[in-house]
Amino acid sequence: MTSIATPPRTRAPFSVHRHAALIALIALILFNIVTTPRFLTVATLNINLTQTATIVIVGIGMTFVIATRGIDLSVGSLMAISGAIAPMLFLNPTLGPSIGTALAFILPVLATGLLGAFNGLLVTRFSVQPIIATLVLFIAGRGIAQVISGGQLINFTQSNFTALGSARVLGISVQVLVMLVLLAVAVFVLTRTLFGRYVTAVGGNPEAARLSGVPVNRTRMLVYVISGLLSGLAGLIVIAINNSSDSNLVGQNMELDAIAAVAVGGTALNGGRVTMIGTLLGALFIQLLRYTLLVKGVPDAAAIVIKAAVIIAAVALQYRRR
Amino acid sequence: MTALPNTTARPNPLHLFRGQGAMIALIVLVIFSAFRYEGFFSLYNASSFFRYNSMFLLIGIGMTFVIGTGGIDLSVGSTAAMSSVLAALASPHGAIAGVLAGVLGGLVIGVINGVLITRLRIEPFIITLGTFLGARGVAQLASGQAAVSVDSSGNFAQLGQGDVFGLPVPLVLLLLALLICVPLLRATRFGRTALSVGDNEDAARLMGLQVDRTKLGVYALSGLLAGLAGVILAAQFGAGQPTEGIGWELTAIAGVVVGGTLLSGGRGSLLGTMVGVTLLGLIFNVLNFENGKGVISIDVFWQNVIRGVFLLVVVLLQSRSARHTP
Amino acid sequence: MNQPTSPQSAPPLLLHMSNVSKAFAGVHALQNTELRVGPGEVHALIGQNGAGKSTLLKVLTGVYRRDSGNIQFAGEEVNFTSPPQAQRVGIATIYQEVNLVRLQTVAENVMLGHEPRRFGFIDRAGMERRAREVLSGMGLDLDVRRPLAEFSLAVQQMVAIARALALDARLVVMDEPTSSLDDQEVERLFAVIRELQARGVAVIFVSHRLDELYAVCSHITVMRDGRTVHQGPLSELSKLSLVSIMLGRAEHDLLQEGQTGFQRTVLEGTTAAIPLLEIQDLNRPPHVHGVTLSVRKGEVMGLAGLLGSGRSETARAIFGAEPGNGELRLNGRVVSWTSPQDAIRDGLAFCGEDRKQDGIIPEWSVRENLTLALLPRLTRAGVVDRAEQRRVVDKFIARLNVRCASPDQPIRELSGGNQQKVLLARWLCTSPDLLIVDEPTRGIDVGAKAEIQSLISELASEGLGVLMISSDLEELLEGCHRVTVLRDGESVRTLEQTELSEEALLAAMAHGSETAAPVTANTSYGSAS
Repeated sequence: MTSIATPPRTRAPFSVHRHAALIALIALILFNIVTTPRFLTVATLNINLTQTATIVIVGIGMTFVIATRGIDLSVGSLMAISGAIAPMLFLNPTLGPSIGTALAFILPVLATGLLGAFNGLLVTRFSVQPIIATLVLFIAGRGIAQVISGGQLINFTQSNFTALGSARVLGISVQVLVMLVLLAVAVFVLTRTLFGRYVTAVGGNPEAARLSGVPVNRTRMLVYVISGLLSGLAGLIVIAINNSSDSNLVGQNMELDAIAAVAVGGTALNGGRVTMIGTLLGALFIQLLRYTLLVKGVPDAAAIVIKAAVIIAAVALQYRRR
Repeated sequence: MTALPNTTARPNPLHLFRGQGAMIALIVLVIFSAFRYEGFFSLYNASSFFRYNSMFLLIGIGMTFVIGTGGIDLSVGSTAAMSSVLAALASPHGAIAGVLAGVLGGLVIGVINGVLITRLRIEPFIITLGTFLGARGVAQLASGQAAVSVDSSGNFAQLGQGDVFGLPVPLVLLLLALLICVPLLRATRFGRTALSVGDNEDAARLMGLQVDRTKLGVYALSGLLAGLAGVILAAQFGAGQPTEGIGWELTAIAGVVVGGTLLSGGRGSLLGTMVGVTLLGLIFNVLNFENGKGVISIDVFWQNVIRGVFLLVVVLLQSRSARHTP
Repeated sequence: MNQPTSPQSAPPLLLHMSNVSKAFAGVHALQNTELRVGPGEVHALIGQNGAGKSTLLKVLTGVYRRDSGNIQFAGEEVNFTSPPQAQRVGIATIYQEVNLVRLQTVAENVMLGHEPRRFGFIDRAGMERRAREVLSGMGLDLDVRRPLAEFSLAVQQMVAIARALALDARLVVMDEPTSSLDDQEVERLFAVIRELQARGVAVIFVSHRLDELYAVCSHITVMRDGRTVHQGPLSELSKLSLVSIMLGRAEHDLLQEGQTGFQRTVLEGTTAAIPLLEIQDLNRPPHVHGVTLSVRKGEVMGLAGLLGSGRSETARAIFGAEPGNGELRLNGRVVSWTSPQDAIRDGLAFCGEDRKQDGIIPEWSVRENLTLALLPRLTRAGVVDRAEQRRVVDKFIARLNVRCASPDQPIRELSGGNQQKVLLARWLCTSPDLLIVDEPTRGIDVGAKAEIQSLISELASEGLGVLMISSDLEELLEGCHRVTVLRDGESVRTLEQTELSEEALLAAMAHGSETAAPVTANTSYGSAS
């Protein structure tokens, strides 16, 4: 039997489906270049990127979770919790501004990471379906945040902390930089590390993964922890940007925005296809869409309908293959 | 011709528990509250409880069908809000016009869901996420972003605030809906096909069942009932509210799960859902009474925590009992 | 004894499929195929895996759309685009994997979709009555109000047949209907088929068990490589001729070389004093109740049994995928694997039977699928070493002759045979000591099948211990040194090389003993749990 020598490496043909999000984004950008004055300025770029930064950060965690065929509805509530704990630390007179601020960057994120582990425990140990498991914290989490803060709106001007929201490096806001760094790390982890491959394997075919020795439960647990940690970070950024923490509002609707960004970006909800960059593109697209409609004077209400239709269309295009 | 011994499955006590657990919890809670709170077991309290909660119970009916097919409907809350606005807008033309406007609006959303799910073959989660946004948008468009007052000169408000034979009208509407939907689920081809689809969609197709038509039907039904809930909302509060309905879909899903229906589909119990939704709603009722007693002061924020904990406990119990059933 | 039915100056054909072609992504599954079935015929449709039988049937029943050709049913041209359409015209299909809705009751599974109704509501009593009627016509007395899942696989298959009968079908297609039945149940099935025949209903019978075909079928169509290569009355064809036509090999070659790609060399008892793997009383309810077997180094041990006898569950229990109780020894040392990870670490490999469900990660490339089990060993400091990965992939693609455009091609674009090779490579690249393989050649084209069989022989001769589950008798007879037979979750016999024969295997599978003992009335159609 003749053996075949190393098979040639051919390039896969360019697929419209795979790149629908990118194409849509480019189209929207071109549209704006032509029709919107002063669109191609650093200011516009910064505004749009800044708005999306928190969505993308949460979206990274959501991408990991969805990649394992799960979902995390608790992200918004976890943001609120982190946003409620932080002021208690950096405004605390006994801790002092420097220690307080340092702790304010660490403890809230750890707390939400633990809560993420709670989600993961429900899903793996108790075999609760992710939508229900994370529903618990979706409901209870906001309440916890409200209890912690006493439902009060807290205003502050602690500059060490709010630098997270207002500082700029080379003209680019800190949160955008954080987003880019996290994104780069996430892409690397997803595509080049053992853990990242395990994540896609679990989503692609959980049973095949298990039979091939993949630690399925551990992997699933970790993605919920990651989602929790990133939600905590996003919560800190939001309150830093606003110089205030309102546990009723922080993170509201974030789960929707994150899921929409992931779905539009091309990651499949029931496993198989994962793209971290897609989440960035999806979030940018949705944000740019919102911006375009705003600038064109389309009323808010109509904008929502259009957004919904576009999300469905974007997902439909990605799924055409089935 | 040989006769084979009949199989007898030993009834597993935990299996019964899964279905009846919520019922037991409900009964216990009711008895506990009847003793503890004066006025709990009164006609007034029961009446206002059901007047309000009938909206969620109606949505729970639709959600049971949808989950029975293995799907999900995230749009019901927005649909209810939208329908409340439409109903309020139409109310000057009479109560019937108001009802029709709201119910038909909900039906349209439901049909859109059904068509997109069956034609595009995209997951119900995504599609109904889209209509969740879309219906909210329509609600805001139609209402101009503000609450729309119901025309008070007609009978429309009676639908929410009135009584029939001593029962609140919303409750009567709920009972009528149950009268139709319980046999629909248990004893018609549509209902049995819906459950078969959730059981094993591929097999159902190969068996020749009308899978797509049935799926379309359950989403249409869910939309229709959400529309009815929206009509009741407008009638009860005297205004169509585009900002209402938030979280209703999650309450309905939680109620269905608490009531014992599997999220994966194939089995569905309307009675279970009614018990589940009632139980969730009763928690609030009880918390209000508890606050009123002044012994413990549970402020509003703890309510969310308690709701979440409650859901957690039920879910854990279900997962335990699910392990013991074949 | 079978009776040829209609005389040669025949009544009009019930079914005539002519010139039917169907291709999937450029690969021809059917090429100008023909199938002619007359009323009241019991028509065998036979061919190797990958010959196109199931594609042809799926085209007939509306699951697939044909590319070209003509289908005539009961004198009219038909073009089904969905199974319900075919059913409405009177064509019912019974699949090997029972395609029923298990959470619903038996009565519903039999009658749903055409149940008796009163004013739009299901007449439950009438539905149950009719279901009971049909089932007792088949000799079954079941509580039709119980969920289907509570019954054994054999009973579920009977219920599937009952559904076809209840639909008053004119043509019943049966795809491997006896794969889970013992001989008493097979007799019952044949009785049902004969009654259908008497009523003028035609049956298309697909099976690998040639003796069964000769027992009940009147006509036969043989397919090979997507074409029809023989049609006619079965009485005119000897078994050897049949196999020869099926495989496309000359009769005398078959007698000399055997039918499979396994090496026919006689293997002497292998050298190791201590067996590689020893299992005593493996228990894993509900499907495994006491399995004892051993595998020696360099040996291919077959694991045989009817469908539902617990072979796959045994394999999974050994591998730690669904761990059970019992004593397991590897090279004499007691082991206890509670997860596949444990077993893999000790040098085990497991290639499951359902490629789609347990094997491939469809979105992934060939390269990624191939190295999945090896990943931990390819990782340094958490990062996967891509260069090393590529080396391994190239080596095994060459060794197993995997046909793919490039290692980065998505695995779902490969043919079944090549996918199976990639899965085997996944395990082989971990350099295991023992390979458990479940139906390694199912659903694969003839060429790849022989390659895989030959590969297994080669690996065994190099020292790999192999536990092979197969329902293909030829594979078991030609490829295995010994065969352990399971029945109802228990190991009932281990046949040594000198004892291996078709009769002995079938007897052990059916009765669990050498003599043809009649099955007693205590045969329980117990619940699946």
